[in-house]
Amino acid sequence: MNTAPQDLETSIARIDAAQVKVDVRGLDFYYGATQALKSVSLAFARNQVTALIGPSGCGKSTLLRTLNRMYALYPGQKATGEIVIDGENVLGSGVDLARLRARVGMVFQKPTPFPMSVYDNVAYGVRLYENLSKADMDVRVEESLTRAALWDEVKDNLRGSGLGLSGGQQQRLCVARGVAVKPEVLLLDEPTSALDPISSARLEDTISQLKTDHTIVIVTHNLGQAARVSDHTGFMYLGELVEFGPTDAVFTRPATRRTSDYITGRFG
Amino acid sequence: MTDRSNLMIRRRIKNIVFTGFCWAVTALALIALATILWTLVGRGIGGINPDIFILATPAAGSHGGLANAIVGSIMMCAMGMVIALVIGILAGTWLAEYGKGTAYGSVVRFLNDVLLSAPSILVGLFVYEMLVAPFHGFSALAGAVALGLLATPVITRTTEDVLSLQPALLRESGVALGAPLSLVIREVLWRAARGGIITGGLLAFARISGETAPLLFTDLNNQFFEFNPTHQIANLPVVIYNFANGADEGLRQLAWVGALLIAVTVLGVTIVARFLTREQGRS
Repeated sequence: MNTAPQDLETSIARIDAAQVKVDVRGLDFYYGATQALKSVSLAFARNQVTALIGPSGCGKSTLLRTLNRMYALYPGQKATGEIVIDGENVLGSGVDLARLRARVGMVFQKPTPFPMSVYDNVAYGVRLYENLSKADMDVRVEESLTRAALWDEVKDNLRGSGLGLSGGQQQRLCVARGVAVKPEVLLLDEPTSALDPISSARLEDTISQLKTDHTIVIVTHNLGQAARVSDHTGFMYLGELVEFGPTDAVFTRPATRRTSDYITGRFG
Repeated sequence: MTDRSNLMIRRRIKNIVFTGFCWAVTALALIALATILWTLVGRGIGGINPDIFILATPAAGSHGGLANAIVGSIMMCAMGMVIALVIGILAGTWLAEYGKGTAYGSVVRFLNDVLLSAPSILVGLFVYEMLVAPFHGFSALAGAVALGLLATPVITRTTEDVLSLQPALLRESGVALGAPLSLVIREVLWRAARGGIITGGLLAFARISGETAPLLFTDLNNQFFEFNPTHQIANLPVVIYNFANGADEGLRQLAWVGALLIAVTVLGVTIVARFLTREQGRS
């Protein structure tokens, strides 16, 4: 971290084309007249964890919300550029949003269990796409809860309300709900910001295990968390991607002054 | 120095006067309420006997009950509530989920607020012109429509309010799974807002159960049992209205009993609504 930074304005590492799962090209984003993302280009590698860091309002959550086109819920929000997932530009006009969101799952800042049983929470998304038998659904629910490291705690109370779980359990329930539909990409928007340190640590373990099956993008305010869980890190500032590269490089040999200042705590 | 203490004293006096005023006004409202309840119970309770729930309304000078009016009130309120729940929940949902921030949404919300405080006698007149005059006859159906129109804005408003209170993240997390918004609304948001929507329904029911004016133009009354909604059916508010001014002591007694019945029902419903609201707040 003490290595003198290069005085580059920006430094965006390339990902080997064979490894690219999601390729963001020249992405601009607008909340009405306000531009929140300025020509952002980066790639997310298959089966790896990419962390997005930066001070509040830098656009990292906005970038995340373009990947599953969550912004489409709100009139007045607009993205231009390209986001290519496995060769398909998902910002194109003919894209089936339901199918896109089945491929690109999301977990939010705060736990959002549905007002139904633990079992139904996990099964909810699956039922939208697959007509599973009771036995197959049981297997899927158990598998998803196990992968979210929640199974042991809820296996005796699957019919109990999801709202009755603790905050950390609720968040892992949301992870289970997200992975149950087997998305290719999993977006995590500050998933531990509402959790205590122990729950956060458990969720981080979960994230590291999930990358065997999913490409993961995580937005976090916690630099330690980014360093612990991610393979690549992107630093954003005022809607711009300032630096992107392998996590250890970004944290130990940042290529730009702005990244260096941020991770050493000089601002943000 | 004296300036300062003068200011302090003036401020303290203002504070005492204002607080005292608030207490006095609250006491006034409570005294009025207590007096009404006291009178109702005092005059009504003596007339309660099994016949009230068995016999139909009598002619002056003879013995009878309120059974036909109770049945009629339940029928009309039930039909009115069905109309109001369907329209109110859907309209409230539209306002909260789709019409937010649109000009059309603002117009609908404004008109709903106007309806919320519209005099009930106007609603009765409206239904009279729409359903009574053209078909040359009063009917329970027309009465139910009038009551439904009164309950609809209440339900619309509460539905919109409780849905707006649901966190945006809940909506988004449903959509993030690939569910269309309409499905998320029906399966997730309505369920999360269930307590509040039911409360709105109960409060709307409480509002219409004692309404007399709209029924005078739409259903009027019937001295006998009647179950056909295209005919006139007896109902408690109009029975009270008719009997209360009569010369016959027995009929006046029945009016008091009817009033007590409505008051007790409304009180019970309000308490249940209160309870549900608290439950909702806890979860």
